[in-house]
Amino acid sequence: MEQIKIVASARQIPQRTVTNDELSAMMDTDDQWIYSRTGIHERHVVTTENTSDLALKVAQKLLEQSNYDANDIDFILVSTMSPDATSPNTAALVQAGLGANQAFAMDLSAACSGFVYGMSVATSLLSSRYRRGIVIGAEVLSKLVDWTDRTTAVLFGDGAAGVLIEKTDDAVGLLAEDLRSFGDVNGYLVAGRFANANAFSGEITTLDPFFHQNGREVYNFATREVPNTLTRVLAKAELTADDVDVYLLHQANARIIMSIAKRLGQNIEKFPMNMNKYGNTSAATVPILLDELRADNVVHEGQTIALVGFGGGLTIGAQIWKL
Amino acid sequence: MTDAEVFNKVKEILVDQFDLEDDEVSLTTDLTNDIDADSLDLFEVLNRVEDDFDIKLAVAEDIKTVQDLVDKVKAQLAA
Repeated sequence: MEQIKIVASARQIPQRTVTNDELSAMMDTDDQWIYSRTGIHERHVVTTENTSDLALKVAQKLLEQSNYDANDIDFILVSTMSPDATSPNTAALVQAGLGANQAFAMDLSAACSGFVYGMSVATSLLSSRYRRGIVIGAEVLSKLVDWTDRTTAVLFGDGAAGVLIEKTDDAVGLLAEDLRSFGDVNGYLVAGRFANANAFSGEITTLDPFFHQNGREVYNFATREVPNTLTRVLAKAELTADDVDVYLLHQANARIIMSIAKRLGQNIEKFPMNMNKYGNTSAATVPILLDELRADNVVHEGQTIALVGFGGGLTIGAQIWKL
Repeated sequence: MTDAEVFNKVKEILVDQFDLEDDEVSLTTDLTNDIDADSLDLFEVLNRVEDDFDIKLAVAEDIKTVQDLVDKVKAQLAA
């Protein structure tokens, strides 16, 4: 076990709520259709903020909760597929806002697996040279959504959450992880394509910021490969599926999670869900869920939990933690 | 595999997936209108059929009835 403590967690959700009924006035859909297929009733969208603003608020809350000074932080890692810009990276803006002058800052791009991939990097940093860091999943997906496309507009939302983690002598930490990428099927879930042209070329690729997905293939991928990943990571941790108290899965779609729980032979109650309130917030879904469950004491010390992200890439990441 | 064996195996999957009685599934059963399957239910059924028969099935727009599904499975098994 890598002895690492999750000292604090925090979330920042934009105030503006968009319900299924409101979307039904904009496009040919309805609440019953959306909810029965996805488990989503509403989502939140920014009206003035960008990704770095949400991430900074999370980081500020993490410092307040943990009583650490900004200069106690060695690194800030923000996982996002919707940064303010490619440069400066989102984490650098968080660092500036915090005044964390001793910290280095970097972004990580792994779509809906972003937070788990970020935790993999962060825990590796702690196991080598560093003492304490912040990992945040932060998204403003509303800027990547085609608000006229009912097949994708209903799915996504904005939000951010994260954790402050540090090396510890306590008997808690990371038991095992399994990260996997499936780049050969990358086309099933895409977003944010840049235009590519220069003074010497014709148009190589056109700008296409919007989400596009192959629903069948994404469903197929998630319901088949996530159980495979969980089987592998549990074997690495020398545990069975029954040994995990709470499974925190990426909150894309309730039906996908129900299918995964069934394939694992686990009670659905071990798979808490909150996508009804937030929709799919990509790299932010797992830490938002983690923070809510910690606040409600559904996730607490003494438990064994699984963090699982899956999505664009295509990618999957799973970690088993002893709290 | 005989036609009856294919049908019985498909029926088993549908009975389990939708919590049906055995006699509620026949070749003429319409997956949307009789069983109330939506697109994700169909994805799940196709996944299970693929796993149980060890075949690949293409996207499901033209699978409306149990007969359609059985015919797709038979075509894949014969290929």
